[in-house]
Amino acid sequence: MTTVAVKPATMAQALTRALRDAMAADPAVHVMGEDVGTLGGVFRVTDGLAKEFGEDRCTDTPLAEAGILGTAVGMAMYGLRPVVEMQFDAFAYPAFEQLISHVARMRNRTRGRMSLPITIRVPYGGGIGGVEHHSDSSEAYYMATPGLHVVTPATVADAYGLLRAAIASDDPVVVLEPKRLYWSKDSWNPEEPAPVEPIGRAVVRRSGRSATLITYGPSVPVCMEAAEAARAEGWDLEVVDLRSLVPFDDETVCASVRRTGRAVVVHESGSFGGPGGEIAARVTERCFHHLEAPVLRVAGFDVPYPPPMLERHHLPGVDRILDAVGRLQWEAES
Amino acid sequence: MTVMEQRGAYRPTPPPAWQPRMDPAPLLPDAEPYRVLGTEAAAKADPELLRTLYAQLVRGRRYNAQATALTKQGRLAVYPSTTGQEACEVAAALVLEEQDWLFPSYRDTLAVVARGVDPVEALTLLRGDWHTGYDPYEHRVAPLCTPLATQLPHAVGLAHAARLKGDDVVALAMVGDGGTSEGDFHEALNFAAVWQAPVVFLVQNNGFAISVPLAKQTAAPSLAHKAVGYGMPGRLVDGNDAAAVHEVLSDAVRHARAGGGPTLVEAITYRVDAHTNADDATRYRGDAEVETWREHDPIQLLERELTARGLLDEAGKQAARDAAEAMAADLRAHMNQDPALDPMDLFTHVYAEPTSQLREQRDQVRAELEAEAEAGPEGGTHR
Repeated sequence: MTTVAVKPATMAQALTRALRDAMAADPAVHVMGEDVGTLGGVFRVTDGLAKEFGEDRCTDTPLAEAGILGTAVGMAMYGLRPVVEMQFDAFAYPAFEQLISHVARMRNRTRGRMSLPITIRVPYGGGIGGVEHHSDSSEAYYMATPGLHVVTPATVADAYGLLRAAIASDDPVVVLEPKRLYWSKDSWNPEEPAPVEPIGRAVVRRSGRSATLITYGPSVPVCMEAAEAARAEGWDLEVVDLRSLVPFDDETVCASVRRTGRAVVVHESGSFGGPGGEIAARVTERCFHHLEAPVLRVAGFDVPYPPPMLERHHLPGVDRILDAVGRLQWEAES
Repeated sequence: MTVMEQRGAYRPTPPPAWQPRMDPAPLLPDAEPYRVLGTEAAAKADPELLRTLYAQLVRGRRYNAQATALTKQGRLAVYPSTTGQEACEVAAALVLEEQDWLFPSYRDTLAVVARGVDPVEALTLLRGDWHTGYDPYEHRVAPLCTPLATQLPHAVGLAHAARLKGDDVVALAMVGDGGTSEGDFHEALNFAAVWQAPVVFLVQNNGFAISVPLAKQTAAPSLAHKAVGYGMPGRLVDGNDAAAVHEVLSDAVRHARAGGGPTLVEAITYRVDAHTNADDATRYRGDAEVETWREHDPIQLLERELTARGLLDEAGKQAARDAAEAMAADLRAHMNQDPALDPMDLFTHVYAEPTSQLREQRDQVRAELEAEAEAGPEGGTHR
């Protein structure tokens, strides 16, 4: 058996590799953003790209997010495939008018004559000790905007696959990169990356019979840990990693909930008006007769993201997840 | 003994001498708007160009009148008129080569039509049967843009992309005086100058952003002066002098095409009509002001010049009017037909492939339509 040495790689390295492979495969792919060139990005995800492909392909732009995304729209109109980096979740807000009024709806406005294959990379979420405006979970804004695809990886392999799929997509894709997983490691062979799957499929990360934890991005490892801890309580939890928030994979999610009969949605984003409300409603509408208990949510609180010294009280952790699982009306079982 | 003294001879290195990055003087606009008609420069103007401009202005005026009438008849949901601004609208389209791109605002349907787009397709947005009625790639005209100044960075990005590919393409982007206060105006001009993108920004300063006059919009000496801050030339032109606007825009396009980078052109003009048919201009300006500008009408200015030089007689005027009338009659005939609507279009172009959620919603509308069809005309439409 020929084996290539599979070394542990970080999520950041897999993202870099995805950009590099996409740029090598297609000269239309252009990377642009703040500090992405000479510095290689503040998280080093674009490291080496300007050197390898030139500054016209990996461009340090002026510091203006609306301008970055707005010019990317024009570039895409002319046949390029811009990959835009928004330096931090909360720094992407100035670009929202371009995103909502143009990027998301150009195909629709023009009856499909003009599509914008733009990838918008957004490092998001907390847990890295970031000061104010560096830790937002902004996915609900993107999800509420028709015309955008929204994906978020939880594993090294998915980081590569989802970013490649996003760049290959003829529709605009927001790739939410969990900041605190950038340095997570996994055995992954960059020379033989897994085939790129189309966007829109969730995956069962851990099979179980008692209840389903529906989650994504930075909360996936937390749910996996919770599922291990739950064994001591006699619960065998299933963990579904959504990977794609838009399109939403009703099929995989509902198949799991129908098997287990119980579900908890877990995310860092606030619960009021957050993704969990939509997910719980969808599951309830489709799986009502299979449910033994209401779908519960474990989410960030409905507060502005707290300062770093308080963030552990805000982020959903193992205990809060187990507490929610404990409230899934098990008394009916006995 | 201080730490510094312990280190011995401490001599701070002086910072590098500050140098200006460029001489701003050549970027400054002239003190007065540039004029051709009624000046010595007029003698040098190409007679054929003046005749073409005249025919286009007459056609443009008629187009504005017809579109306004269609609004009153309920055939258009709304129409932002460019009556009085035809010189800018027409010149913006005429200075471009076939491969160039035009980036219009919602007020610029006349420029879009002058570029060659079918008037019915140009007015689709304002009729309300879809958003963009024309194929942007057919005439290289971006969709009419309603959120102010947001199309300007698109023009910069497209021109930049074309330059990276080595293509000979210039983008001309249109915006109003109010739009210059938007952040996207600033960001677009900054990106364009940093990238030396082949873009021309045409600001039609028509005096008002709906009701707000320029004095409440900016404290700049002129809008053209804003160019200097970005490191690009600013030009000031009489926006009702079609020959002058054409010349200044042509120079700017030539400059961009030759690799000289972007130019900001401010054209001084006046919105003779209200903001739209839904606006009441008497609430913010007097008739006397409007009358002053009617004296400085773009068609009359050009007509005087052409007549004085013996380039236009009554037959010529009549020919221009006849051509405009034919355009208006054709537009009327087409706009008086109800547009074909397909409710399935709601879902067709949101994504390349509809999501399963959109397919479900589409099926719901299809079922509603089938129920309507089954019920027949007596059954009414779904509520």
